[in-house]
Amino acid sequence: MIRFVDVHKSYRVEGRDIPALKPFSLEVADGEVFGIIGLSGAGKSTLIRLINLLERPSGGTIFVGDTEMTALAEPALRTQRRRIGMIFQHFNLLASQTVANNVAFPMRLAGERDLAVLRKRVDELLARVGLTDHADKYPSQLSGGQKQRVGIARALANKPSILLCDEATSALDPQTTASVLDLLAEINRELRLTIVLITHEMDVVRRVCDRVAVLDAGEIVERGSVIDVFLHPQHTTTKRFVNEALPEEAVGEETAFARVPGRILRLSFRGEATWTPALGQVARDTGIDFNLLAGRIDRIKDMPYGQLTLAMQGEHIDAAMSALRKAGIDIEELRA
Amino acid sequence: MTTHAIHAAPILQTLFPNIDDWGEIGHACIDTLLMLGGSLLLTIVLGLPLGVLLYLTGRGQLRPMPKLYAVASLLVNILRSVPFIILMIVLMPVTYFLVGTKLGIRGAIPPLVIGAAPFFARLVETALREVEHGVIEASQAMGASLWQIVRHVLLPEARGGLLAGVTVTAIALVGYTAMGGAIGSGGLGDLAYRYGYLSYKSDYMLVTVVLLIVLVQLLQMLGDRVVAHYGRR
Repeated sequence: MIRFVDVHKSYRVEGRDIPALKPFSLEVADGEVFGIIGLSGAGKSTLIRLINLLERPSGGTIFVGDTEMTALAEPALRTQRRRIGMIFQHFNLLASQTVANNVAFPMRLAGERDLAVLRKRVDELLARVGLTDHADKYPSQLSGGQKQRVGIARALANKPSILLCDEATSALDPQTTASVLDLLAEINRELRLTIVLITHEMDVVRRVCDRVAVLDAGEIVERGSVIDVFLHPQHTTTKRFVNEALPEEAVGEETAFARVPGRILRLSFRGEATWTPALGQVARDTGIDFNLLAGRIDRIKDMPYGQLTLAMQGEHIDAAMSALRKAGIDIEELRA
Repeated sequence: MTTHAIHAAPILQTLFPNIDDWGEIGHACIDTLLMLGGSLLLTIVLGLPLGVLLYLTGRGQLRPMPKLYAVASLLVNILRSVPFIILMIVLMPVTYFLVGTKLGIRGAIPPLVIGAAPFFARLVETALREVEHGVIEASQAMGASLWQIVRHVLLPEARGGLLAGVTVTAIALVGYTAMGGAIGSGGLGDLAYRYGYLSYKSDYMLVTVVLLIVLVQLLQMLGDRVVAHYGRR
């Protein structure tokens, strides 16, 4: 578990304190994938670096497991850092070393000298990230996606319990992003590794995260399970991020619906409710009429969800709404 | 000095009428190479740690120590701003104290090193600054100590720049050794100065200058090759 208690951070610039993160508390559970989303400058890079103390907080305490990271002196901190892997937007591999040596590097730093042990572990790790044939290449000979895979193998070398991902897919094309995210999800599943990732793309959060915190100007403005935040965003920043992940026509729909008669509702299905014919059933039972305006069915991590925007007409709309709610469907009324 | 004069082929005698002992030139070449090799080695031994110190203690670096940096930087700048020929003369007592003579190859090495090490240290500092911050941060995240970062990250990653720095320093040292000739350190500079300048034997001057050009050219070619081979990214 990672725990922030009343943590805040400010930078001293020319004698003045510039706040980077306002006081916050936050817990990340073991084995979950926790996303932190925010625009650049929101403080997410600072936040993720607080976990391994690459950045020291100006106040508050940070726990990783039972260890109070903020209380550690330099040598103990180095030992703790070996148990926290980290990957980066620009990979940060040693350009002068081969792929195999890059992966062996954290083990060497930890004092492992036995070449047979190193080789065996490097082979395992490269097999896991699918780079077995590239062991003797140099980073400059690899594509971006391959470099990030080396980064992941390196981060896993000392068998950490936590993996920090600093914008790990932001420099990659969409297809490579998808494959790297799949790899992260697989690692999370198979190694029960806790993953904290920061990103500015809602799609990354949707694909791999269990929970998310939205960071805006140094403040956590919203947090919760990804599905809740995704289906019912509260803060304007969150809404902007969610809209980015939606198809373009969904944005600005309020004005487009001005000509449509009836009450406009947004129905959110999640899990099994996505696959039940609830809407048709309710329409038949209550005699209401509906007109589909927008909709989509997709997945958040492994959970299917659907969202339909429709205009409803008829006498028994209220009855229809309560019947739908009973079937496990969330309803938001966009226009009464 | 050679005991037996080596007489040249008749064609060389016509071209360079004043040069009656080519062996002396060969000897001077060897002296220059010895001065160069010895001083380059010591320059690296002293300049590399000094460069690392400058890098680490600089503003915003891994161990910022503004006062130490300011002192080291000032010292380096002072040594670099004194023209080498003057530095050599000023350092004579120090030289005598260190190696027991002010003359010859031994007498030349202390001032050569003291003149070149600060220069090389600056090149080291610059080369280290070229190492991406992200790579250093990644090794910190892996739990590397400062020494491990210097030894396993900074120096290997800056290898290309460091080797290029060694080349530039070696070439600067060739120039310095030639100046040293003027005040009795021997070598090609000594020949050029004594025969070519003081005795108006311009053929001596020509031969030594050509030899120095060849030496610099060879050093640059060698340096470029080494950089291309070991400095790859």
